[in-house]
Amino acid sequence: MDETQIYARLTEIFEDVFDEDALRITPELSAKDVDGWDSLTHIRLILTIEKAFKIKFSTSEIGNLENVGDLVQLIKARA
Amino acid sequence: MNEIYSQMQWLPRVPPEFSTRLKALGDLRGPLGPELQGLAMCALDLNQLTKLAKAISKARLDSRPLAPLTSFRLAVLSNSTIDLIVPALVASAARHGVALEVIQPHYDQVAQEAMTPDSTVNRAQPDAVLFALDYRAFPLKLSLGDADASSATVQGVLGYLQALRSGIKANSNAVCIFQTFAPPAETLFGSLDRALPGTLRSLIDGINRELAAFVRTSGDVLLDVAGLAETVGLADWHNPELWNMAKFSFSDELIPLYADHVCRTVAAIRGKSGKVLVLDLDNTVWGGVIGDDGLDGIKVAQGDARGEAHLAVQRLALELRQRGIVLAVASKNSDEVARAPFEKHPEMLLKLDHIAVFQANWNDKATNIQAIAEELSLGLDAMVFLDDNPAERGLVRKLLPQVSVPELPEDPAYYARTLAAGGYFEAVAFASEDLQRAGFYQDNARRVSLQKQVGGVDAYLASLNMTIIFQPFDATGRARIVQLINKSNQYNLTTRRYTDPEVAAAENAPEVFTLQVRLADIFGDNGMISVVICRPVEDGAWDIDTWLMSCRVLGRKVENMVLREILAHARAAGVRKLTGVYLPSDRNKLVVDHYAKLGFTKVHADDSGLTRWELLVEGADPESAPMEVVSQGFSAMENLPA
Repeated sequence: MDETQIYARLTEIFEDVFDEDALRITPELSAKDVDGWDSLTHIRLILTIEKAFKIKFSTSEIGNLENVGDLVQLIKARA
Repeated sequence: MNEIYSQMQWLPRVPPEFSTRLKALGDLRGPLGPELQGLAMCALDLNQLTKLAKAISKARLDSRPLAPLTSFRLAVLSNSTIDLIVPALVASAARHGVALEVIQPHYDQVAQEAMTPDSTVNRAQPDAVLFALDYRAFPLKLSLGDADASSATVQGVLGYLQALRSGIKANSNAVCIFQTFAPPAETLFGSLDRALPGTLRSLIDGINRELAAFVRTSGDVLLDVAGLAETVGLADWHNPELWNMAKFSFSDELIPLYADHVCRTVAAIRGKSGKVLVLDLDNTVWGGVIGDDGLDGIKVAQGDARGEAHLAVQRLALELRQRGIVLAVASKNSDEVARAPFEKHPEMLLKLDHIAVFQANWNDKATNIQAIAEELSLGLDAMVFLDDNPAERGLVRKLLPQVSVPELPEDPAYYARTLAAGGYFEAVAFASEDLQRAGFYQDNARRVSLQKQVGGVDAYLASLNMTIIFQPFDATGRARIVQLINKSNQYNLTTRRYTDPEVAAAENAPEVFTLQVRLADIFGDNGMISVVICRPVEDGAWDIDTWLMSCRVLGRKVENMVLREILAHARAAGVRKLTGVYLPSDRNKLVVDHYAKLGFTKVHADDSGLTRWELLVEGADPESAPMEVVSQGFSAMENLPA
């Protein structure tokens, strides 16, 4: 799966999780940029991504994520 | 994971227009209840539930009416993270006809919240408190092989739970919902864990057993989370990663399933469970099509895999009937052909005697279900319709959205399991009347036929040899009184719902006049069929706070006899006047003229349809009906005129 496909899928997932249509998903995007991206919504986001891409992240991988760019690299390595 | 449960396969899949409909809620006119319930009716995942809950919260903030959803306030006390569960509860409640408000105090403040009079929970005066506790809420010390120490640990936990209950009862008097505890998947010895006292598994077994026994006698409500976790599998239920990371006590994937179980329980407390199972016949009750395959061709025998699958449906239907669920048939067949297997096929478990209303004709199923509801005098929302044919299910869902219609999988082997998994007939108590209820409705159908034969209503009533029995509320009748107060929709003047503790309070208040009414007749005992609560108000009057009656005894002039009884006690107590109110709901149009028919005078009416009535006690003499009257259990101080 290439990055464009991953970003396209992530855009749908972010819409679903944050209930927000206008989010622009860029590599730099991080929790502080999005209303409602708290620790619990973060878990809901990760769980939704795991299900959508049929992959599992480890606890430490989830802890080390800084922004969407990190997330995409992680997905790319797995999916 | 087993998909019937984890994917809630009794619910239709989420339609592609879910998000569009959610966004269109703001433009809808009128009450949002039906659309919210429609959206909640599909198998929503956690994100979809969260979005729906957000829409419900917004509607509430905007003061949009949520009718016909019934409001319910639930406090959730937990030792784990429930932030993702709360929205799932709010959305799932709409599926069960409830507008749920959740009171969620801070994380892990269970004891403080229960026992402090002015805590968040107690100040909120919720209808019920859910103790959503996990086994990790307790310091369960292992005492391997030591029966005494184990039993002390179990009693310690029970003592703690009872103290929580006492706190809630003293400070807010809410209904307490206790959860059983899902044991961890990991064992210490292996199989021996179940047998040896003091292992985690046997300690939790002991706690669950004692808790269930306690709840049976205390009048609280049990939510069997241990049973649910066993059903889906402990290894899937517990997710150590999520516990470590965020203190989720079970897997996120099972939150929708758990939330549905909580909401069924809440709906059952409010009396919103199914009362009638309407069965399709061809390929549902038996395999094959009776009109084509004939008596010898249908599959309904032991020893034939397909036949056994359909027998399992019949067996479940019979067992439901035993616990008080009424059975009916809606089949596209000629009547004679449809009845033949019931009468002649030796392997059929279901007999015609078990079916209260048998509708076999060429009308559409929606028309037939409506006819069944009318015949039984029950609302459409009490109906659960089982049909293997997706087109019939779709039609009934579209024309009669109030009827519950489980989806069924391809293979009939899973029909019975899917119906049971849907929890349509969830109950929080079991009264001895339940055992006989299916029979009552059936007798009623017979009475309707008799009525047609004898013609005149009065002659018919006299021929029933009725005995009506009046008593004040008492502990013996309380479970049934609470059930009637929470279930009766149609013959209910005010639709005021009261919990067990509230009914007990009325029972024990000497100034409150209460009445439980039973009726027996030539066909048998109808059990308790009417409930009245009168409260003293200024001006020497009694206000009729609650007056309801089971629709089973409609048209028997029971209401006349009840009024005569109220008047007799009012006179004895020196009461001058009775006042009553009709509070319109979407279901109680039946009683809009109740007070007018009984000779009350209308003193007030407003735009909502609410009307107020009064009747002077002196001189009031409502028409009597041919039945024997027994009045018992009232205080000896009260001097009843003969």
